[in-house]
Amino acid sequence: MNAASSEPVISFEDVHLGFGDGDVLRGLSFRLLPRETKVLVGETGSGKTLILKLAAGLLKPIAGHVRVLGRDLGPMTEAQLLPFRREIGFVFQESALFDSMTVGDNVAYRLTEEGVEPSETDARVLEALTFVEMEHAVDKLPDELSGGMRRRVSIARALVSRPPIVLYDSPTAGLDPITSQTIITLILRLRDTQGVTSLLATHRLQDAFALANYGFDPAQNRVMKASLPELASRNGQPSTNFLFLREGKVYFEGGQQAVLESPDAYLRKFLV
Amino acid sequence: MATEPKWMDAEETSALAILLEPLKRQVQVLQDYSYLAARAIASLFSPPLYVNDLLQQMDIIGIGSLPIVLLTGAFIGAVMVLQTASQFERFGETALTGDIVSLALVRELGPAITGLLVAGRNASGMASELGSMLVTEQVDAMRAMGTDPDRKLVAPRLLATMCVLPLLTAMADFVGLTGGFIVSYFTLRIGAVEFWTRALNALEFSDLMQGMAKPVIFAFLLATIGCYKGLTVRGGTQGVGRATTQAVVASSVAILVSDFFLTKLALFLAGKSL
Ligand SMILES: Nc1ncnc2c1ncn2[C@@H]1O[C@H](COP(=O)(O)OP(=O)(O)O)[C@@H](O)[C@H]1O
Ligand SMILES: [Mg+2]
Repeated sequence: MNAASSEPVISFEDVHLGFGDGDVLRGLSFRLLPRETKVLVGETGSGKTLILKLAAGLLKPIAGHVRVLGRDLGPMTEAQLLPFRREIGFVFQESALFDSMTVGDNVAYRLTEEGVEPSETDARVLEALTFVEMEHAVDKLPDELSGGMRRRVSIARALVSRPPIVLYDSPTAGLDPITSQTIITLILRLRDTQGVTSLLATHRLQDAFALANYGFDPAQNRVMKASLPELASRNGQPSTNFLFLREGKVYFEGGQQAVLESPDAYLRKFLV
Repeated sequence: MATEPKWMDAEETSALAILLEPLKRQVQVLQDYSYLAARAIASLFSPPLYVNDLLQQMDIIGIGSLPIVLLTGAFIGAVMVLQTASQFERFGETALTGDIVSLALVRELGPAITGLLVAGRNASGMASELGSMLVTEQVDAMRAMGTDPDRKLVAPRLLATMCVLPLLTAMADFVGLTGGFIVSYFTLRIGAVEFWTRALNALEFSDLMQGMAKPVIFAFLLATIGCYKGLTVRGGTQGVGRATTQAVVASSVAILVSDFFLTKLALFLAGKSL
């Protein structure tokens, strides 16, 4: 599949958003193509969470257009958006698990809401939890889990309905390096086994480089260097691009190589 | 002078705007609140209804508030007899005690006290629970998974309170009368038959209507205000604390103010208009 010629999955056109005291997003435009992984890089408070919420229609822009799968979300009512969000998995920054429900019920939530057969729900919940290696915690409550485990459950909850788009809000924020790596590996596996299009916010560029450098080979069931030809031929060429935010606009957009070669001081700040 | 700070001329031209600003905000709050209430009610008339959440809320509000409502009701009835008996004794009309306790309880004190107690317990509970869910993004997570929070969170709380508060009020009325009877038996030597006959005969149909309509309205107010305060929390955990306090204050005031007008309306409808 030639990604360059296909319709964007998500596109932002001159999007503005603010809360009274000056706009946070001031004319943001970008496109996310099928199978692409786009990493939003920006300091805390630069509006990464807002961008993801705009993409899921949880917020509306005050100007500009947000299109997802060809539909302009702006004029859609909440009643129209609710079913439309089936196409989107959202992994929230602090996991946002329902703290009064067990891990199993959290993951099952969407399927239960949609009236899926209980037997099928159970099977799919187990499948999703096994994917994130949390199947042993199905009866636990979220506050019995560590931060990294909660993050994994929240990935399971996002993928259980097999959405074509997954939005990750700072999935490694507040985690130690090893746990971060586990989370990144999960994101890789989800991307390369199910072909999801991902939009990922982070302020830690190192984590994001792994998305560009590694791939998951379902045939061998392991993570390997993305540059290996056997992986490239199997997975097609899922591209990972980086988008730097500054003052509510896109400051820089490009692949890993371009980021690494850029002499720009603002970009280099994120490389340390 | 192009570099003159923007706020300076803004200040000069908008003295009126500054005065009107708080007023505009209040109108905005009232409008948002009304929309929330309207959406919650509308969602009760179309599927799906979250029956499990409804039953759970009925349990929390009804069974949870029962002990405190019964205890308070009994003591309110008892203390009313103490207060009125000393007055009636002066006129030798102690037999009227049953009438006065039952009228005051059923029309006024039962609904108001129960409403205030449940506001203190549950409007605050709703504000803090929904507020915590909001600041931890659980409400957004719900929306992201295709669930309408008005339907899933607000509607069950509203309906549960509206079903349960009249029942709690009826029980408060009953234990209040019982408390009143016990005190009048021991202090005024009024017999059971005399007390209860007078207490029941004093009540007209319109009193019962008033006594049962009020809790429905109070329930509506305290549940919608509690949920609204929770779903509009600003400023993290601290904001949740603030919203919780505000929910109790606002719903208590709303109950007392509406009580006045409801009483006025009830008297008018019963043809006893002042
Ligand atoms: N509901 C809101 N009300 C007012 N300001 C908000 C709200 N949500 C976000 N903001 C502001 O928008 C800016 C961007 O927030 P956010 O997208 O969460 O940043 P990031 O995720 O990049 O750390 C912040 O300065 C924040 O204070
Ligand atoms: Mg954020």
